[in-house]
Formats: sequence, C-alpha cells, structure tokens
Amino acid sequence: MFPELNNLLNTTPDRVEQGKLTLLCDAKTDGSFLVHHFLSFYLKANCKVCFVALIQSFSHYNIVGQKLGVSLTTARERGQLMFLEGLKSSVDVFFRAEEKPHPLQFLREANAGNLQPLYEFVREALQPMDKGEAAWRCPVLLVDDVSVLLSLGVGAVAVLDFIHYCRAAVCCELQGNMVVLAHDSGDAEDEENDILLNGLSHQSHLILRAEGLATGFCRDVHGQLRVLWRRPPQPTAQRDRSLIYQYKIQDKSVSFFARGLSPAVL
Amino acid sequence: MASVGPCGTGTGTTGSVAAAASKNNVTSFQRRGPRASSSDSGGSRLVSIAGTRPSVRNGQLLVSTGLPALDQLLGGGLAVGTVLLIEEDKYNIYSPLLFKYFLAEGIINGHTLLVASAKEEPEKILQELPAPLLDDNCKKEFDEDIYNDKTPESNIKMKIAWRYQLLPKMEAGPVSSSRFGHYYDVSKKMPQELIEASKWHGFFLPKKISSTLNIEPCSLTHGYIKLLQFIQKIIYEEGFDGSNPQKKQKNILRIGIQNLGSPLWGDDVCCTENCDNSHNLTKFLYILRGLLRTSLSACIITMPTHLIQNKAIIARITNLSDTVVHLESFIGSEREANPLYKDYHGLIHIRQIPRLNNLICDVSDVKDLAFKLKRKLFTIEVGCGVGHCLRNWLLSHLPSADGTKHILDSWGHREQKGPGWHTAAPEYQ
Repeated sequence: MFPELNNLLNTTPDRVEQGKLTLLCDAKTDGSFLVHHFLSFYLKANCKVCFVALIQSFSHYNIVGQKLGVSLTTARERGQLMFLEGLKSSVDVFFRAEEKPHPLQFLREANAGNLQPLYEFVREALQPMDKGEAAWRCPVLLVDDVSVLLSLGVGAVAVLDFIHYCRAAVCCELQGNMVVLAHDSGDAEDEENDILLNGLSHQSHLILRAEGLATGFCRDVHGQLRVLWRRPPQPTAQRDRSLIYQYKIQDKSVSFFARGLSPAVL
Repeated sequence: MASVGPCGTGTGTTGSVAAAASKNNVTSFQRRGPRASSSDSGGSRLVSIAGTRPSVRNGQLLVSTGLPALDQLLGGGLAVGTVLLIEEDKYNIYSPLLFKYFLAEGIINGHTLLVASAKEEPEKILQELPAPLLDDNCKKEFDEDIYNDKTPESNIKMKIAWRYQLLPKMEAGPVSSSRFGHYYDVSKKMPQELIEASKWHGFFLPKKISSTLNIEPCSLTHGYIKLLQFIQKIIYEEGFDGSNPQKKQKNILRIGIQNLGSPLWGDDVCCTENCDNSHNLTKFLYILRGLLRTSLSACIITMPTHLIQNKAIIARITNLSDTVVHLESFIGSEREANPLYKDYHGLIHIRQIPRLNNLICDVSDVKDLAFKLKRKLFTIEVGCGVGHCLRNWLLSHLPSADGTKHILDSWGHREQKGPGWHTAAPEYQ
C-alpha cells in the first residue's frame, strides 16, 4: 500500500470501512498500481481477500506485493487470500473439458453466457467459515479487471448483473468491500465498455480515476488521479467531494502532489 | 556492454538510441530464473538458456527481437511469456521484416520455432530469412553502408576501411550465439544448413483445416481453435511448460503468427465494422497469453490493424497484448513528399510496453522514431520530428541580425535574400 494514498483517502489498515464498492478506472494510462495498493492494503488490514485476477499471473502480483510489504504466497497458504488466476485457468477450461462448472465456464460457450459460475466461486470463497479458522476482519472482493470480460464475449449487462450479485452478497450481506478495476476507452467508442463504466460509477461509493496527462508524456509526472467520494453516509451531508492530484510512480511507492507542484518543477 | 552495439552500431547511424544503451548493462549476476517453471519452486534457481538474459530492472528473462535497436526501445528485449504485437504498415512491406528478424534470431540462438501463417507456407517463410552478419564482417558491412551514404569529402577517411573489402572474406563456421541480439543482412538469405539444423514447427492454415462440414458452433473461429490446439500440443509435448516430467526443456519456443485477424484466418473483424463474432480475436489473444504465461515461450504477431474499422476492438486488442509496436510507412501518404522525412521510410511507434513484476516500466524517453530500410539493414533512428520542425519554423520566421530574411527552400536549406525582397507571406514585413 502507498502511505501517501492512504493519507489522501483518509484510511489506515486499522480503520477499514465496510460495505463499500470502490471503482478504479484508468484512461490512457495504466491504473494497475491502484490494484496493487488495495491488494496490499486489505491484506495488511487482516481482511479475507478474494482476488479475481484476469489480466496478469500470480507471480506478477506476488513480486510487486513483496515490494509493498505483503507476501501473497503466505497469505494464500494461510487461507487469507483466494486467488483465481484467469490466464492459467483459461487454458484449463478451454482445452480440457471439466465435469463441474468452472468459474470461467463462459470461455467455452459460443454465445455470451452469464457469469453465474464466477459468482458462485466468489460467494464460496468469501463465505465465513465457522470452525477452527482465524477470524478475518471483513471479506473483500478484488477484480482486475472487469473490462476484459467484455473482450471474452460476455455482454455488458451480464457483467453488471455479476457486479450487482456480488455487491448484494459481499457488501450488503457479508458487510465486506469490493474493489473493481475498469478501463475507460475514451475516444475509442467502445459502447459496451461505456455502459459498463457508467453502471459501475453509479453504484460505487468511491471512484479513483487515473488519467494520462492531457499534454502527453512526461518523465516526472506520470498521470493525474481524480478521487471522487460518492454516496455520503449521512443523507443530509455534503455533496460529493472530489480531489485531483498528480502522481509519479517509483520503484516501490507512488508519490502524490498537487497539480503543477511536481518536485521536478519546484 | 558486450551485448549492446558491439560493432559500433549505435554511434554511427542511430544517434541517441545508443545513449539509452548505457543503462542496459548485462551483468553476470542472474537474480532469478524464468517466471514460468520456477515460479512455483521459489524462483531463485539460476537458469541460463542460450539467447536470453535477465532484465536489469526486475530480473525478468528477456529474449532478443532480432533487432538490437528495437530491443533497447523495449527495455532490453522481449520478456519470455509475453506477446509482441506488430501493427502492420499499410502495404505490409516492413512488418514481415520484423517478423523474419525474430525468427532468424531464434535460429541463430538455437531456439525452437513455431511459424503459423494462413498465407504462406512456413517452409517458404524460413527460406527467406535474412542471413546473419558474422562478427568479423560486421564492421565492414557497416562501413560499406555508411560509405554509400556519405558525401565525397569523407572519401579519404573511408579508403582504408574500403581496402579491407577486397580481402577474401573469412567465413566463420556456425555463428557464435553467445551474444544477445545479432545483426542481419537483408540482402542475403540465411544459409540452408542453419535452417536445416534448427528445430521448427509449421502451421499452415489451409492444410490444417479439414473440409468437413459438421463444425459445431464454437466459441472461436475454427482456424483459431486449430492454431491454439497446435500451439498447446507443441508446448506440452516438447516440455516448454515444465509439466512433462520426461522432457526437461531448457530452451525457448519462439512463436510467430503472421497476419492474424486477416480474412484468410476466417475472421471477419477486418471486413466489416459490426462483425458477428467480434470476440474471436480477443478471446484468441487471451487464451494465447494464458499459454505463453505458463511456458518458456515468446510470441510475435503481425496484425493488419489498419483494416479493422471498429476502433473499440483495436483498443481491446492493445489491452490484451503486452508489447505493441506500430509501423507507419510513408508510402502513399503525404509525408512522402515532406523534405523532413526524405531519408526515412516510415515511423515506428511504441504504443505499449508492459509493466511486468513491477510498478513501472522502461519507457523510453524518445518518442519520435523513424525507420529506414537500407540496402542491408533495417535501422531505427531518432528525432526527425519535433526538433527539425521547430528549427525550420524558427529559421523561417525570425529575421536574422543583419536585417535580411532567411528563406528556406523546399529542402530546408537557407537562401539569403537581400532587404527589400518581398516574401510570399506578407506578415513578415
């Protein structure tokens, strides 16, 4: 986790809010550093994490996680982390016919299926065990990323249904959190992706949007992060709060600063 | 610095690309082995496979793309387990060259090749691979190329090197593969004995597709399914994924897929904007990446993205590939007549570099890159864009100290005009 981002979001691993859906969005840049942040944050906060990793392999997250101070292999062995490795499982699903439905069953189907097996997997992974297990703080579902499901033949509505079911199970019933990464295609006119993104933005409590700089590539400022708090807990509370920061990613951390105040400029 | 620019390549022709070379020092310290087979067992086992080197930044195992200049731009080479997507230039003239360089590099290093095409027989593709430039001839080939480009004043300096050309060339035996990244002579073909000594598998689509009519609707185009099954079979049988206990493979599988997505593969993504199965290509790429990530292989794909009319699909394809390079040739475009680009054949855009095992990636600072195909070499050079444009604009817009106006002729050279000469653009008066 990045301490500076914790300060911006006003959270610490000791005080974890519950029942929240966080949307991570990236436009014209790579927002995966946010996924690494939340993964290590929730593991350090002693939460039970179910990670649906569709884009990269386990060792990728593990190596970056070690730089941020968590060991995914240890977490997986302890039962704190349930990891679904999309790339490796897709090969199994596609080439070998399995009897029981696999979470990525939709890869074998010709028409766009639904994501029910995947939801069942998530539900089973985060179900609290009654006997003989260390008490984890709250369940967390992490999905990286949800836009790739559209590329695999699942419709936008089916993905939104899946998110809805997961939210009902994880956020409301189990009082846990969800963090979902989606890409913003920008001017690529990807209608399905826009539907998905709008639907997700409407449901989320917190939106973190990483954007590339409008002026192009810069060595000292890698992008801009917009933080938007939605759905304040009190109905009479203030309107949605939003902040904008620029950031630079380093080897083991990310530094945030106000716009135009990059250390390289000052 | 042994692996980068051994023949003085950087300094002579490719200006500031060589400047970036200094940070890619190869050390003999190898931190970890390849991701695939040793990731479960701890990853501290030292693995040395011919033609690979660990990345300086994160220890990722890299292979050369066959073009050392491109290796530098990609941060040292292509990572094992990843896909290099080449977006073809408009008339498919230069992208086959990159494809062939990749395969030729595999032959020189003794890697196993898998060549897939729907258009050409793999045997024919292999026959047309460029010949490697051998160590002792390397410098002379470079000098000869430079000599052809230089103006007559430098004749005197080149004479000594030119003399050496007349001596009988000593053909070394098998090319030494201890180097990372070799140079190839496009005007010559790879020697037959090297091709025959190499191990390769070919996939030619018309031969693999049987003409049976009872093809049940599958999730992918038939051609893609066959190709994936073929690749998976080779990976499994030859032990590249480490699952076969009998075969302990310590070699890299280089996969080359040509013109993926073109109608010859049975996919209509390049034909219409709203195709029926727009997920064929993206699903194929996803499963292919799954196969690559769990094996010791690297893949190059050339794709005619200029034919894909649906921009959303191009964005999805880019997200599903690891490294994406776009070639833009000047043939037929208005840039061909532009004097700035007269020395070059096209632009090369590095669209995406993956962040593997890391928060950051080796993004090159240089963004304007142009390529040219000389008689023997394909080179990538820097800075035909902003720098020159700006300089020429400033020269043409600012008056000089003595009050004369400097006018640039169509070649960017200065012509001096006396005061009182009216320029064509009245605002300078």
